[in-house]
Amino acid sequence: MSGKFVVGYDGSNASHRALKFAVAKAAAQGGSVMIAHVLEWSPYSFLTPNELEERHKRRNEELTRAKEVVMDPIVKEMSGKGADIESTIKYGKVVDVLCDIAKESGADQMVIGRDGDSGIASRVFGSVAGALAQCAPVPCTIVP
Amino acid sequence: MKRHFTYATAAGAALSLLSSPAMAQSLDEKVNAIFASSTGWFVNLIFSPFPGTSFPWIVAWLVVAATVFTLYFAFIQFRAFPHSISLVKGDYSDPNDAGEVSHFQALATALSGTVGLGNIAGVAVAVGIGGPGATFWMILAGLMGMASKFTECTLGVKYRNEYEDGTVSGGPMYYLTKGFAERGKPGGKFLAVLFSVFCILGALGGGNMFQANQAHAQITNVVGDYPGWITGVIFAGVVFAVIVGGLKSIAKVTEKVVPIMGVLYVLTALIILLINFDKIGWAFGQIFEGAFTGLGVAGGMVGALIQGFKRAAFSNEAGVGSAAIAHSAVRTKEPITEGFVSLLEPFIDTVVICTMTALVIIITGQLIVDDSTGLYMLNEAGTAIATVDGNSGVALTSAAFSSSIGGFKYILAIAVILFAFSTMISWSYYGLKAWTFLFGEGKTTELVFKIIFCIFVIIGAAASLGPVIDFSDAAIFAMAVVNIIGLYFLMPVVKAELDSYMSRLKSGEIKKFH
Repeated sequence: MSGKFVVGYDGSNASHRALKFAVAKAAAQGGSVMIAHVLEWSPYSFLTPNELEERHKRRNEELTRAKEVVMDPIVKEMSGKGADIESTIKYGKVVDVLCDIAKESGADQMVIGRDGDSGIASRVFGSVAGALAQCAPVPCTIVP
Repeated sequence: MKRHFTYATAAGAALSLLSSPAMAQSLDEKVNAIFASSTGWFVNLIFSPFPGTSFPWIVAWLVVAATVFTLYFAFIQFRAFPHSISLVKGDYSDPNDAGEVSHFQALATALSGTVGLGNIAGVAVAVGIGGPGATFWMILAGLMGMASKFTECTLGVKYRNEYEDGTVSGGPMYYLTKGFAERGKPGGKFLAVLFSVFCILGALGGGNMFQANQAHAQITNVVGDYPGWITGVIFAGVVFAVIVGGLKSIAKVTEKVVPIMGVLYVLTALIILLINFDKIGWAFGQIFEGAFTGLGVAGGMVGALIQGFKRAAFSNEAGVGSAAIAHSAVRTKEPITEGFVSLLEPFIDTVVICTMTALVIIITGQLIVDDSTGLYMLNEAGTAIATVDGNSGVALTSAAFSSSIGGFKYILAIAVILFAFSTMISWSYYGLKAWTFLFGEGKTTELVFKIIFCIFVIIGAAASLGPVIDFSDAAIFAMAVVNIIGLYFLMPVVKAELDSYMSRLKSGEIKKFH
């Protein structure tokens, strides 16, 4: 049995645990893992004229940095563990983008970490894991 | 010229009468006198009337241009309005381009450069001098101006420079040079240089001094009178910190608060209109009647028309070319889409926000009507309509809002300061783009402009309203002279873009992503 896992990864410990979990599962069933890193972005934010001018340049810098600092090391670390590894870096709202990636890549499962934070902030604003549990298009595993 | 000397002499006379020992006050007056006498010739040149009439040629220039673009593009401002909205909403944005400048962001940034004192103080000046009828002409100019904005912003994106590091530079100076060269027309470079010179003056005038001046007027309105140069120095310090020191946090806060203030302003105006809803019909009656008779204002119908058109152009900057600089950073494969988006700008700025201000001033009865004739009474000098407390400019708007909602002047003071500040930041950028076009990019040349810009903040706050507003208008309209010549030559380019885009939109080649 094969299957595709989409894992949200932001470099945190929680997302690292989730990824390890997904890779182990995928390896066991001969499946693959898509590591997704989302850069938070809203097309409705306000920028100064200067920021507008430099946006394209900054975006390229941000993408390069995300690839070099976050994605490349983790892809290297997770390769050779028995599961095929793919990666993607996108801009947008984390939850929406993860759901879109899952839909577009035909994933069978999503895996997301949680930091176990039950503080006031996550109660008010919600957390990525909580929101994904609500709106994931495929079964979603939350790794503690 | 005569008028400016009058300001100076009157100020001097007042000063000697009071024999005020305050050094500060005399510094203000000195700045004012020097400023008025050194800019008078330029103002007169731009605002000279057609021989034998009192109708300034520059106003006709803008109106004719807006009419030509409206007809040439077959009322594009109404045809493309719904499509513009869906572009701003992001319906046609490729999700893979997320993280790039969106249509919404380009529009919001351009708007925060135009929505500002023109909408609050400028409208008060228009209605104060031209009467309610000026509102009618202002709205008309706003609607027509949408076509001018559409034309210039499409060209701004089409002919922008994209550098290897991914930054972009666009605006009239680029489409004048590249567009003219592409079409084999001579003179593009000359026009581009001329535009840049006027753009720098406009940045220092309307984009700077007028803002500083009215921000000071608003602060004194709240805390009492004190010399203008003090406000000037403080403002200049903050502007310096942002544009030279690169203090992003202040700019970021302003960029976020300004739209909220804009919405708050419109909502407050709506509340005041609702409170006085029984007078709305009357107010529109005054607007229509005044538009064609003048209702006793100086200059009659023509006076109302000139004021309306002038202030609309000053507020929404359609045809001026400044917006083309701001809009050119958007990420789009189709330059025309930015044209569609930009045509919303005069609509929001003039047709919505300016009209709100005008209605509030009219409805709250700030302008004194002679009961026996039903006409407006003029002030002693006969130059403007007499107001309840003798207010003009931003103080008139403040009085109008406060008469319905007590304490609003404090909110308005904050709004004015923030609007003034965000407009200054935007214009410092426009001015800088023109400056670097002339003198080349480089840290030192940029620094020179930025320091000049800060000095003019102080001058603007210290000078009195009359000369400042005249110079600001003149500089901004001078930009329109050059820009519109360019637009006439390049409008077939826009037409070709428009036809191609529309046919692909119809055939389904351009489709929605969301």
